[in-house]
Amino acid sequence: MHPVRKKRMIAVGIILLVSAAVVSLIMYALSQNINLFYSPTQIAQGEAPSNVAIRAGGMVVENSVRRDPKSLGVVFTVTDYAHQLTIEYEGILPDLFREGQGIVAQGRLNEYGVLVASEVLAKHDEEYMPPEVQEALNKSKAQ
Amino acid sequence: MIFPEIGHFALILAMMFAVALATLPMVGFYTRNRVLLTSAKPLTYVMTLLIWLSFFVLAVAFATDDFSVLYVSQHSNSLLPIWFKVSALWGGHEGSLLLWIAILSAWAAAVAYRSDSLPNATGPVVLAVLGIIATGFLLFILFTSSPFIRLLPDHPIDGADLNPLLQDVGLIIHPPMLYMGYVGFSVAFAFAIAALITGNLNASWARWARPWTNVSWAFLTLGITLGSWWAYYELGWGGWWFWDPVENASLMPWLAGTALIHSLAVTEKRGVFKSWTVLLAIFTFSLSLLGTFLVRSGVLTSVHAFAADPTRGVFILALLVIIIGGSLLLYAVRASQVRSVVSFGATGREAWLLINNILLTILTLTVLLGTLYPLVFDAFSLGKISVGAPYFNAVFGPISLLLIVFMGIAPLSKWHSTKGKWLVHIAIMPAILAIAFSALVFTFHVFDWYLWLSFSIALWLVFMVARDWFDKVSAARQSIWLRAKKLPRQYYGMLLAHFGVAVTLVGVIFVSMNSTETIVRMAPGDKVVVGNYAFELQGSIRIQGPNYVAEQAIINVYDGDKRVAQMKPEKRLYKARQQMMTEAALSPGFTRDLYISLGEKLSQEAWSVRIYIKSFVRWIWLGGLLMMAGGLLAAFDKRYRRKAGV
Amino acid sequence: MRKLLFGLPLMAFIALGIVFYQQLGKDTEYMPSALIGKQVPDFQLIDLSSNTVTTNEALPDTPYLMNFWATWCPSCSAEHAYLGELAEQGVNIVGIDYKDETEAAKKWLAERGNPYSMVLTDEMGHFGVDMGITGAPETFVISGDGVVLYRHQGVVNAEVWKTLKGYMQR
Repeated sequence: MHPVRKKRMIAVGIILLVSAAVVSLIMYALSQNINLFYSPTQIAQGEAPSNVAIRAGGMVVENSVRRDPKSLGVVFTVTDYAHQLTIEYEGILPDLFREGQGIVAQGRLNEYGVLVASEVLAKHDEEYMPPEVQEALNKSKAQ
Repeated sequence: MIFPEIGHFALILAMMFAVALATLPMVGFYTRNRVLLTSAKPLTYVMTLLIWLSFFVLAVAFATDDFSVLYVSQHSNSLLPIWFKVSALWGGHEGSLLLWIAILSAWAAAVAYRSDSLPNATGPVVLAVLGIIATGFLLFILFTSSPFIRLLPDHPIDGADLNPLLQDVGLIIHPPMLYMGYVGFSVAFAFAIAALITGNLNASWARWARPWTNVSWAFLTLGITLGSWWAYYELGWGGWWFWDPVENASLMPWLAGTALIHSLAVTEKRGVFKSWTVLLAIFTFSLSLLGTFLVRSGVLTSVHAFAADPTRGVFILALLVIIIGGSLLLYAVRASQVRSVVSFGATGREAWLLINNILLTILTLTVLLGTLYPLVFDAFSLGKISVGAPYFNAVFGPISLLLIVFMGIAPLSKWHSTKGKWLVHIAIMPAILAIAFSALVFTFHVFDWYLWLSFSIALWLVFMVARDWFDKVSAARQSIWLRAKKLPRQYYGMLLAHFGVAVTLVGVIFVSMNSTETIVRMAPGDKVVVGNYAFELQGSIRIQGPNYVAEQAIINVYDGDKRVAQMKPEKRLYKARQQMMTEAALSPGFTRDLYISLGEKLSQEAWSVRIYIKSFVRWIWLGGLLMMAGGLLAAFDKRYRRKAGV
Repeated sequence: MRKLLFGLPLMAFIALGIVFYQQLGKDTEYMPSALIGKQVPDFQLIDLSSNTVTTNEALPDTPYLMNFWATWCPSCSAEHAYLGELAEQGVNIVGIDYKDETEAAKKWLAERGNPYSMVLTDEMGHFGVDMGITGAPETFVISGDGVVLYRHQGVVNAEVWKTLKGYMQR
């Protein structure tokens, strides 16, 4: 083979090999690390797999938050107003967590259908205020 | 009292000047009309002045608590300290867009000021391209996001306050630096487009674009570093990078910009990769614009996202299509005509830099893919997903390590071709040393081959950088310092930036290797031992801030019997928004940070407390600062001061 | 062939642009109301004007809007005028006064006009929870036979009304 052509073949070969490696790395990483989102209704209807990392969310049901007095364990219920889901979490809840607030939890479903969360996120919204907050705001202004 | 309407009016006028700037010099170029061409410079200056006037008017409205301005009333509060009031200007969508355009105009004015050294038509065409971008964004502000809308006649007595997360020194400087960076890439973009339009696709445009690109890159580096630092102490999770879409939006132009810096060097010095470099310049600025779109259109969920508004989304998308689509179309038509004779050896510096470009492009694309994957998934109605940080870590880590391996070799190689044997000869000792030293360090620690390899690579980079410098200064029989002084700034900039990468990498490795995190319940008098330190909760007190009330825990930290720090993490309640915020306490150090953030109050006196010890975490940002310094040093190399073309 | 190669970036960008366009306006936070397609939950609420206990029986049997509002809610005052316009056009709007004080609500309606065909007071917010609202204002489109067709969070304006109208005509 012509030396220049040979060089080119090697170059193309290396590039192909590298891109194949990168693509497979990406595919593998993606397949391991995407988390599907399920609503409490989907979970109640058995659509969510157990023991696989998923995300689930809903509104925290009022008076459902129970703390373990000795540890940092906490159990609460979220709802999408059709079904409820119990979430178990050990750790510090975000600042914006409160009853009636929308939250998203990441974790795995155990055999009892309870989501054992590794992470709890509360979203906050700049414009849309929950009534309680708005009320407090108005009161503080009136003073 | 200045009327906010003046700002609005100035913006409308600026828009007219921008339209003129976008069209007149272009017409002048095609009709060979000198008068029209020379109009570019004054038009740029006037546009810039008007935009800054309106920026100033808004700043005054913030400083004087003019709550009749809707935007001020939404983002400020009379209780806010003055410096936060002014920086609240860029705390929301409208104002940050005004900052964006103000910075764009400042860059344009700087280009205009320096444009005399450019050959006849290039300067005006570059300015016209910047004029087109400015027109688009000014229209966007005026039609969808004016910050000057008034609430008259009855305006609120007080404002809704700035988001407490943003009430921080980090926020005062982070966005301007970030914008200086990614808006600055518009200059390289404008040079590339001008080269396509005028047909002067030789190496000279690369030469003019280089210092500008370096400076923007340095600002972007600083912006990202500050952002990471801010997230670290303000979000209270102790992490320094979260792979949040907004962070990714700034990382992508940085990666592409890094590739651009290197490929500009090859194009300038060797005249190869010409059309690739042009594409990269377009790509880099497009990613900046894409970031703006992603953050503001509400297509992605993020902790930082601005409130979503579909009309704004459509407008920015249209803007993206016109600017990016237009330039790519121009590229498809023009660049395909350029034929460069590519000839370089497989071990020449061109080849190493080609590898650099390929790897950086791959890195950019993997981040892009991870960021957009949920969106594409949703578009095809496959469900709602999120791509977790593990994806990014798994993909980003190995590829960037590979890149850093090559970073060690490339600066030592010679243009055109380098003898393979010589490269092996000079690289072998640093490689052995790095591996051995790293192994030594790991004998004191649990062995982890991935971290060990990473650490070896970081050391290898440091050794190779040092070796390169010694080779260069000790080649002849002159005093080392004399020779060292003679080496160009550009070279030192490169060394510094590469060294910065190694420093950051060391920081990243140690943080992931040697950090401890504990979450505990603490009542006054409780003592917790974490790592080498003992933490004792003394008690908590209530304190009053300017616009918040807080409970402050006082925690004494002991190393053995010696008290090394007293840390005061806070839980704040911001009055206007009734929003709780965690204010972490930090005890920084060169080799370790102590970090405490409060969780909830569990009883009358007990708190849930999160304690971290982070090794070498400051090195991550120190490396960032070194990279920035390197970029600046390279940009101010003496050879750019001479007039081009002489 | 060469032209095609250089056109690749453009094509990739166009494909991306199309995906973006489709995604625009989709609310990434949106949690579809679980009540869509279901009956309005049973309730017993006090009617603001007649002060009598009212149940589902009293709801209209033609399509109507159910609007959650309150006097403490600034966005509600923003949408109030537009609701008035809709009422004049003959749109049937049932108001739910959410977590509010009855006297304040009466005063508000007397001052600003009353766009509602009836106003029920949900002082404790129980009905709001049953309907799955997260704040005020929120507006539901409900069919004549009491099925929830659509839910809108936030202020109703001319833009939103286009969507709501579409659901009402189904």
